[in-house]
Amino acid sequence: MRNPVLTAAHVDFSYYNGLVLKDLSLSLAGGSMTGLIGPNGSGKTTLIKVLCGLLRPKRGQVLLHGQELARLPRKEIARKIAWVPQDLVVPFDFTAYEMVMLGRTPYVQHLRGITARDRAAVEQVLALTDTESLAHRPFSELSGGEQQRVIIAMALAQEPQILLLDEPVVHLDVNHQIEVLQLIRRLNSEAEVTVLATMHDLNLASLYFDRLTLLNRGQVVVSGTPNEVLSEDLIRRVFRAEVQVQQHPLQAKPQLVLLPPSA
Amino acid sequence: MNNGWRRGAVALPVLGLCLLTAAVAATAIGSVSLPFGEVVKILASRLLGAPVGGPSDTIIWQIRMPRVVTAVIVGGALGTAGAVFQGLLRNPMADPYIIGTSGGAALGATVALLAPIQLSILGFSFVSIAAFAGALGAVLLVYNIGRVGPRTPVTTLLLTGFALSSILAAIMSFLMFISNNALRRIVLWTMGGLGGANWTQLQVVIPAILLALAAVYALAPDLNAFLLGDEQAASLGINVERRKLILLGLGSWLTAAAVSVSGLVGFVGLVVPHVVRLVLGPDHRLLLPASTIVGGLFLVIADLLARSVMPPVELPVGIITALVGGPFFIYLLRKARRDYRF
Repeated sequence: MRNPVLTAAHVDFSYYNGLVLKDLSLSLAGGSMTGLIGPNGSGKTTLIKVLCGLLRPKRGQVLLHGQELARLPRKEIARKIAWVPQDLVVPFDFTAYEMVMLGRTPYVQHLRGITARDRAAVEQVLALTDTESLAHRPFSELSGGEQQRVIIAMALAQEPQILLLDEPVVHLDVNHQIEVLQLIRRLNSEAEVTVLATMHDLNLASLYFDRLTLLNRGQVVVSGTPNEVLSEDLIRRVFRAEVQVQQHPLQAKPQLVLLPPSA
Repeated sequence: MNNGWRRGAVALPVLGLCLLTAAVAATAIGSVSLPFGEVVKILASRLLGAPVGGPSDTIIWQIRMPRVVTAVIVGGALGTAGAVFQGLLRNPMADPYIIGTSGGAALGATVALLAPIQLSILGFSFVSIAAFAGALGAVLLVYNIGRVGPRTPVTTLLLTGFALSSILAAIMSFLMFISNNALRRIVLWTMGGLGGANWTQLQVVIPAILLALAAVYALAPDLNAFLLGDEQAASLGINVERRKLILLGLGSWLTAAAVSVSGLVGFVGLVVPHVVRLVLGPDHRLLLPASTIVGGLFLVIADLLARSVMPPVELPVGIITALVGGPFFIYLLRKARRDYRF
């Protein structure tokens, strides 16, 4: 693989007992856009957290530009990798602008306050995510799609090279799903951010991601283009669901049609 | 933060001016009332190092001023510690006493009040020293019990603090039960009061609190990130466990220092941060210094009321903080147009 920016090499991980990730290896090429799919409990969320250093592998290592993540200071990691969690609970009444400014935390110098550089970075990501008009509204009053765009803006304010998203569209209506995925793809192609996102909806994953990685029981089953990964046989085996794979009418991308047992 | 920052540039000086005015007024008012102008003159002469002397000078400088300064510093410490604990624990019910400081301090004070020991170090009574040690000891215990492997989850910390506080309170109740002659003094101590204020004590307490305040202000951006949860804070580049320990330590230090000179003054640390947040928003860069000033302001006024509503009897200041602060807080909560999301 060309210039891997983030690599997991033979990673084992367990919370208390039983391995959640087993001898897992994965590599993200610079500028790539990868969807992480797999059934519930296959280890997607855990893998995302291991890749951004929130969880430490029990065995194996994660390498950021060839350097072991566990040896890097948190601040340095935060300037390169941004994480968008599945559920972000914001108990306080921040405005969207204040939320995005929190993304500047890895650049904060104590007792110096917010710099012009921070403001410029925030303005830039507000424009990029099309959230300028939301900036001074309370975060809690925004719609789900707007909130997700603001959270992505916050992650981008870290000026990361790598963006790791955990189910970025899972609670959204279809129009907001498309809006957020379009945004992520634009960030990938224009801002050249390397993207890895876990996805529940296999059809959306197929449409929006160049590469898919299928996870099952803490191991990578297969990585490749959507056409390579989304096969009827694999879906049956991993998800235990009967599907028919068809081609999208307008794009050369596979789409799944469910075949419930009664049909 | 953009707006908040500009708001702060106005709010902090205005609040500071209010505090200064209240402090001078509180110094002027008392059993012997002195004209405002004379108070200012005496204070100025003292600050310039040329005391005018005389009975007014003694009343102002030796009796009232230490008390007012203690109110400012204790209120400021409690208000700030409350903001730290609420932010760190992401809990609107949190106050400076939540993780065992009050239980530890009260037990320490009780033991000291019962023990037949009279000693005084640097203007501090044995009770003060025992309360300070008890507060910090309790937090240390809570932190170590609340640890799960390398981490200290917020929920475990809160519940451990609650459990330990109950245990310490039970021991204290037992001690109170078996010792009827110290009962009143113990109860009075738990209601808080600033009657013991003196300059010797303040010479130690002021630097102890100011240093901790400066450190807390410096960590304001980290507290902002903590609001999003431990994991999000970590992903924003914060060394979560280390910072949590430092912030818990600073908050507890502020609380212990305050409690050692004033007893358990309630309500300031719980309500002041909320009041500030309602008006100025949740950004800790503004919230923390504003909570210091408002906490000081609140306690100066409460103490003034405590010693002037029923002369010559002096009420425990804790009664006033709750009785005056409670309704004011309810009024603000109801006045806030949209839901107050803490």
